[in-house]
Amino acid sequence: MRILLKNAHLIDPIQDQVKLGNLSIQDGKISDVSYDNVKIDYKVFDNVIDCSGKYVAPGIVDVGVKICEPGERHKESFRTASLAAAAGGVTTMVTRPDTIPAIDTPEKLEFVKNRANTVSPIKIYPMAALTRERAGLEMTELGFLSDAGAIGFTDCDQVITNNKIMSRSLTYAASLGLLVQGHPQDSTLTAGASATSGKFSSLKGLPAVNPIAEKIGLERDLALVELTGVKYHFDQLSTALSLEPLRRAKSNGMDVTAGVSIHHLTLNEMDIGDYRTFFKIKPPLRSEADRLAMVGAVADGTIDIISSMHTPQDEESKRLPYEEAASGAVGLETILSASLQLFHNGSITLPQLFRALSLNPAKRFNLPVGTLEQGSSADLVLFDPDVPFVLNRFSLNSKSKNTPYDETLMQGKVIKTFVNGREIFGDSSRE
Amino acid sequence: MAFCDRHLLGIEQLEPAAILEILNTADNYVDLNRQTKKNSNILSGLTQINMFFENSTRTQASFELAGKRLGADVMNMAMQASSIKKGETLIDTALTLNAMNPDLIVVRHPQSGAVKLLAEKVNCSVINAGDGLHEHPTQALLDALTIRRAKGRLQRLSIAICGDIAHSRVARSNLILLSKLGNRVRLIGPRTLMPSGISEFGVEVFEDMRSGLNDVDVVMMLRLQRERMDGSFVPSAREYYHRWGLDNKKLLSAKKDVIVMHPGPMNRGVEIDGTLADDINHSVIQDQVEVGVAVRMAIMDLLSRNVSKEIVNGDSL
Repeated sequence: MRILLKNAHLIDPIQDQVKLGNLSIQDGKISDVSYDNVKIDYKVFDNVIDCSGKYVAPGIVDVGVKICEPGERHKESFRTASLAAAAGGVTTMVTRPDTIPAIDTPEKLEFVKNRANTVSPIKIYPMAALTRERAGLEMTELGFLSDAGAIGFTDCDQVITNNKIMSRSLTYAASLGLLVQGHPQDSTLTAGASATSGKFSSLKGLPAVNPIAEKIGLERDLALVELTGVKYHFDQLSTALSLEPLRRAKSNGMDVTAGVSIHHLTLNEMDIGDYRTFFKIKPPLRSEADRLAMVGAVADGTIDIISSMHTPQDEESKRLPYEEAASGAVGLETILSASLQLFHNGSITLPQLFRALSLNPAKRFNLPVGTLEQGSSADLVLFDPDVPFVLNRFSLNSKSKNTPYDETLMQGKVIKTFVNGREIFGDSSRE
Repeated sequence: MAFCDRHLLGIEQLEPAAILEILNTADNYVDLNRQTKKNSNILSGLTQINMFFENSTRTQASFELAGKRLGADVMNMAMQASSIKKGETLIDTALTLNAMNPDLIVVRHPQSGAVKLLAEKVNCSVINAGDGLHEHPTQALLDALTIRRAKGRLQRLSIAICGDIAHSRVARSNLILLSKLGNRVRLIGPRTLMPSGISEFGVEVFEDMRSGLNDVDVVMMLRLQRERMDGSFVPSAREYYHRWGLDNKKLLSAKKDVIVMHPGPMNRGVEIDGTLADDINHSVIQDQVEVGVAVRMAIMDLLSRNVSKEIVNGDSL
């Protein structure tokens, strides 16, 4: 099977360029990328797709997706998450282990891998828990889990507060060369909070946490990373306060990277308005100044990765008073359209965007995707950045519809998604 | 009419004219309440349900009396003992009650925003009797009326709110109301009991009582809850009283005709000196309670008029 994507604006995050060209796919791999007006022999292709006016980029690698299997399949399954991912231009999902039960043994990991392989056309790589039951007391069998295919280790939003246990776990992980993902927050400060401290939360009477909790968590983790030499990724940073310590650590040569959720890049605390629970996420939405700082940090490369932090919640867990309502938002299907807001308002270029959406996460998790290089697997997203639409949350493929972008005017839509050269989303994906 | 909403959820949504209309109406009810025969039939045939998800004696009694004096059928529901214990959500509770066709629901709930959530799901009027740390609009309105009756005006006054501002919905509603009407509001208290972002509120903040009370017309004291005086927010009740408790000595900084207010229930000897609380030359604490019933009657009266107007205009509920 040979496919040609012709006349496409090719977004290459490695070359940091967008250039009109042709991309050909053979046997599931990118076989050629040409920018010049070379004569193309169309007859050798089984399918020629005219991409005039459209853009092609490496498929999105979404780190930190929660698929609610095992435990809460009514919120999301591997099948529905994959449909959502395909529709959103996501070709690789790195999943979170904060399921019920947590993925903390090789046997549970095996279940995840089996489910992923049988029902999903999307590439799925699981992370496993760093400590048993994510309880922060005893480390998991990191070696066995790694052998079984875990590509990263994290207790997700459960912070390991005991420094002795944390440093031992990091030391052991470092000795095996494993990547650990942390959630930089001081949990004694975040306990009970559902908003960011300041005028907004004070007037609304919401229990709130100061952004310093993130900086304290970050500094603690950085100290232990320096001590142990472990490869470390911060799942999400959300406040301007965190950027200075992160820059310092990176310039000192520490092997650390950091992510940010698309929600913290596109929304701020004022969006919560009159206690709208779909805007309740973890960490809570921040001030506009923090949001702008995060956007700037993605553009200048301080923040490496943008992810959706896809967290499905059913209607019942959101139809509650704000404090009681569950945290989290779905994001797989909206990550690209939402990210394009940052492109349209001029705060970020398309190559910068796909560096954070595709290239960097693939590099950090050592996955052979995320580029338009010849010979790499043809995981691609074809999109039109200009199409306007109003999002209707009930049109989402996810089982859970808890998106903060409901009824929002968005600009930019995925046209086709390819994994290994196979069209898994688009008008001919059902053939 | 200036006050034309269906619900009273907070002071934030009220225009100054609406606030004054409520106060003017309430003034008449103060007079009615002083007569031997206090009943009216304005709300006769209407059903009022008091849903208190949080303990309350005085506020609930005040709402109950207000409804009864206006002729409504009043039902009190002790929500802590009821179906929420069986796992029913707030919205389901609201829908269940709504099906019984009440005309007015009075709600107090421990979580901010919960009363608004409930109001979105029912067809009748909803009055916020306090939601979490958010608002307590009827308290602010009765405080405003108390001030106006004592001072003869409700503008260009210097008013100090003292104590546990951070955890007080009374402070929030009062702050908003008094600022809207053009008064100068000061907040006084220890830094641990101040809400975050206080510098953006447009009010003066003092940590020292004497300098904060300098030349004020009104002092509003707030209750300090017992669980907050054991070292978690302030070191002890006696240290708090020494620094922030209101006594005659500290009150000397204020204007001579200063009035002292407290939303109750009071901790005598913690936030206020017992003798001062009973001093009829300054304390209007009992007036607040009296005026409270009248203010609640006025609100119910106006809300029921607003609803009947909606029906006449074809705005179906």
